[in-house]
Amino acid sequence: MDPILFFIFAAVAVICAISLIVQKHPIKSALSLIGVMGSLAILYLLLGAEFIAAAQLIVYAGAIMVLFVFVIMLLNAGEEKSPARPSWFAKLLGIPLMIALLGILSYVIQRAAPEGSLAFGEYTGGAREVGRALFTTYLLPFEITSVLILIAILGAVVLAKKEL
Amino acid sequence: MSQFYTQTDHFVLLPGLLLTLFGCATLLFDFWLVPEARYKKLLVGWLIAAEAFTGASLYRHTTYLADNGLTELVAFRGSLVMDGFSIFFNWVFLATAVIVALISYRYLEIEGEHHGEYYGLILLAQSGMFFLAAGTDLVTIFVGLELMAISFYVMVGFLRADRRSNEAAMKYLLLGAFSSGFLVYGFSVMYGMSGSTRLSDIAASFAARDPWDPIAFLALATTVVGLLFKISAVPFHMWAPDAYEGAPTTVTAFLSVGSKAASFAFLMRIFLGPLAASREVWEPILIGVAILSMTVGNLAAISQTNVKRLLAYSSISHAGYILLGLIAGNDTGLKGVAIYVLVYTFMNLGAFLVIVALRRENIIGEDVEDLAGLMHRGPGYAILMLIFMLSLAGIPPTAGFIGKYYIFLSLMQTGHYLVAVAAALYVAVAIYYYFRIVRSMFVSDVSEPTPLAASLGMRVAVAVSAGLTLAIGLYPEPFLQMAQTSLIR
Amino acid sequence: METLLENPLLQKLLAPLIITIVIIAVFPLMAGYIVLVERKVLADMQVRLGPMRVGPHGLLQPIADAVKLLLKEDIIPRDADKSIFWLAPVISTFTALSGFTVLPFSHYIFVTDVNVGLLVIAALSSVGIMGVVLGGWASNSHYSLMGSLRSGAQLVSYEVALALALVCGVMMAGTLSMVEIVRRQQDQGIWFAFENYGLMLIPFMIYLIAAVAETNRAPFDLPEAESELVAGFHTEYSGFRWSLYFLAEYANIFVVSAVAVTLFWGGWMRPFPNVGFLEVPLNVGFPVLLFAGSGLACFPLARKLKDPLQAKILALVAVGLIGVGLIFLVPFVNDKIIGVFWFLFKIGLIVYVMIWLRGTFPRFRYDQLMDIGWKWLIPLGLFAIFLNAIVGMLRAG
Repeated sequence: MDPILFFIFAAVAVICAISLIVQKHPIKSALSLIGVMGSLAILYLLLGAEFIAAAQLIVYAGAIMVLFVFVIMLLNAGEEKSPARPSWFAKLLGIPLMIALLGILSYVIQRAAPEGSLAFGEYTGGAREVGRALFTTYLLPFEITSVLILIAILGAVVLAKKEL
Repeated sequence: MSQFYTQTDHFVLLPGLLLTLFGCATLLFDFWLVPEARYKKLLVGWLIAAEAFTGASLYRHTTYLADNGLTELVAFRGSLVMDGFSIFFNWVFLATAVIVALISYRYLEIEGEHHGEYYGLILLAQSGMFFLAAGTDLVTIFVGLELMAISFYVMVGFLRADRRSNEAAMKYLLLGAFSSGFLVYGFSVMYGMSGSTRLSDIAASFAARDPWDPIAFLALATTVVGLLFKISAVPFHMWAPDAYEGAPTTVTAFLSVGSKAASFAFLMRIFLGPLAASREVWEPILIGVAILSMTVGNLAAISQTNVKRLLAYSSISHAGYILLGLIAGNDTGLKGVAIYVLVYTFMNLGAFLVIVALRRENIIGEDVEDLAGLMHRGPGYAILMLIFMLSLAGIPPTAGFIGKYYIFLSLMQTGHYLVAVAAALYVAVAIYYYFRIVRSMFVSDVSEPTPLAASLGMRVAVAVSAGLTLAIGLYPEPFLQMAQTSLIR
Repeated sequence: METLLENPLLQKLLAPLIITIVIIAVFPLMAGYIVLVERKVLADMQVRLGPMRVGPHGLLQPIADAVKLLLKEDIIPRDADKSIFWLAPVISTFTALSGFTVLPFSHYIFVTDVNVGLLVIAALSSVGIMGVVLGGWASNSHYSLMGSLRSGAQLVSYEVALALALVCGVMMAGTLSMVEIVRRQQDQGIWFAFENYGLMLIPFMIYLIAAVAETNRAPFDLPEAESELVAGFHTEYSGFRWSLYFLAEYANIFVVSAVAVTLFWGGWMRPFPNVGFLEVPLNVGFPVLLFAGSGLACFPLARKLKDPLQAKILALVAVGLIGVGLIFLVPFVNDKIIGVFWFLFKIGLIVYVMIWLRGTFPRFRYDQLMDIGWKWLIPLGLFAIFLNAIVGMLRAG
């Protein structure tokens, strides 16, 4: 059951990722990205990382993508007007390079894969484990991140407010 | 204090904590106590107070380490470390921030964008630099890097009504985010290799593998690309001239010195920590990058008419020189990197200070032409600028010479003769364009007679920079000792 | 047959499957009747009668409406982006109905109990925003676009306050699983809304306000403000697609109310769960009284109706209600359904409060809406977390 689900959603993720690049309209690209995020969330779920899966959906597919779509709508970005056909240069060089990169990456990952097969649901990525890691091992970066967010808010105010 | 936040943790974190708290307090202070524009200058005093506290805690660290005969103090389960290296770099950041704050208030008043947030951003950016120099955990380092970078994105775009500033902020943001993407990809592969984000664990994992192991190479390559972006080394330098030119000049000064010093601290931590075992892989890459940086930086600087752009290219070439110290990699080389960073801080800041002083009401003052006849209008500034230019070119008895001397010495010691010859040749090219500025100041006629925008802070800042640039050149001994303590063991 | 049913895999799959099918089949009907209740209650508040024609006292109105919606012509505007126009209501409905999968209707009637149940609901609702936003955009109409922009901003803003209120509840429960949350309340013998010397009432109120905003209902119904935007994001929708949006909206109302009930009002538990002598009066007496009483009250109404057919239908309904009430007297059945009864009853109360708000408050202005969200609810939510954390720590010792 699990491997079947894995292959289904891995395929969905790849197809959505390709669609993200191929689509001419930014909104459709954004939708494809949601598809990628959603299927990634399911892959996390298959591995047993429930919390990460939910966080992936809430943060990426929810909050961030809504803002993406929001900005696209506000800017009223229309269909991309690309040249009638991609240049011969891009075709000639791009496709072999892409295949080469894919080959290298899959070789590298193949080499690096640990011995033995991986069981689904082997990891425990529950809220408890994530919370414990955040407040012990990663306490410092976790706390600095709050400063990071503060700066981002500060920056938005400084750059966007009419009368400072 | 609990087991998660011990006394040691607190002590090691203190400088960063002070900077962050003072930075946040600046925002409130600005909002409640000095809402009126003409009192905003008080915030400079506030910032100096913050730096005084930070300096005191840094000094306390130095004495503590010395008293207890320690070389380092590790906190947060290996996330943060206080050793000679981070103390040294934090002093550099501190000096940079103080000088930048001193020259900023007049400049921002002239630009009509004098807001308290600026000083808050300086402090918060500096706290990012603290975590960058003192972090020994990938996540801490990355968050510190972003802390610094986001502050800089905002500061580069601080002149909101100026299109050039907006454009610069946009370019810097996009390329900065792009490079962070590379970096974080490299980090993720490192984490995948070692199962830990601590630099020491990653170093062990690299050491256990063949340096040409594909996955190790992937981690190395992507991380190196991200790092080179941050120090604006060729071929990842294209953001620097645009960002430097468009940003407010005071921010350009901070960006070219503070951000670069912090990025070098970060780069040294990564190269001498996790990547130390795969030196044979990255050494040829870095040699190529360093030579390219010197080539492109020096040659492109020749044709620039905008001084800020010129200095941007010059800073690219200086990045190339600093990399050479890392390539040599012996104690002399690493000491050379530290001393070069220190020297570069003061001489480059000094050069920007003069450009800042040239910005007056209705006069942008960024072209080489604008420096024409500076000798007659402001002889003091002209002579100081001469010192900075001599130092940037690396001519004795200025500090720049000391920096270059140690770099070349280390190259000789480790047998990189060809690289040393190439680097020396480019010094000659650099002299050419630095002296274009000097010629303009001393030989050309006065183009417009408006006096320079001098303020008390500006005078102090220029005096300090010039004094240190000369002092390091004439009597380098104490500074060399400082650099000696900064070596990573 | 016996052995087949005892197959653990089948049990694992069969029960959730049956419950899912029942929910999907029953909920649209239920949504229709929630609307009827809403119209009737609003009418009563405004001293009108409300729907009276279709069926006795409008009892068959939802069915008539459903038939009408399904038979209506399905219009897609010429300049609309067809694929997204088609997809958007599906996203809304899918995410809204998926939320039902983790709701614990009673201690054994739920589709699934996952460790992060509450987060699943939050995730689905945050993705559900896309349906509204995309639908408005794809319609290619000003009203729709304005509506969807407003709604996007509103939902994103109030989601924060909503999550902060949820954090308080989770802090009390120490788990994110919906079933476990109710179990913890059972163990502690108190609804979380009254925990911490009543301090948990603050997050409950925040949750309620944010939930009303999150479901786009009055007084936060700016995305579909009919006096300004015709109908907001679904202006261009009609027929079946419109009814999908409609279904999603009521499913969302149901889900947010169910979360409030689960987290703050003790889920399937009866009131005063730890007072033993109330067992019989509340678990048997109350439902019998409620159903049989309302059934009996229907008879005089039936007599007053002029149309004999309608009178007969109402009498039939009354008998049905009395029958339902009598079922609660059978101990075996009572044990099985009392949890669901309390769960739905509490949801009904919250839905009633929402209708009440709609009947009472005028719509907020847009800047007021943002002020309430960002300047009041979020700081208050943070304060509530802080306060409840400290008090909770002190109580735990």
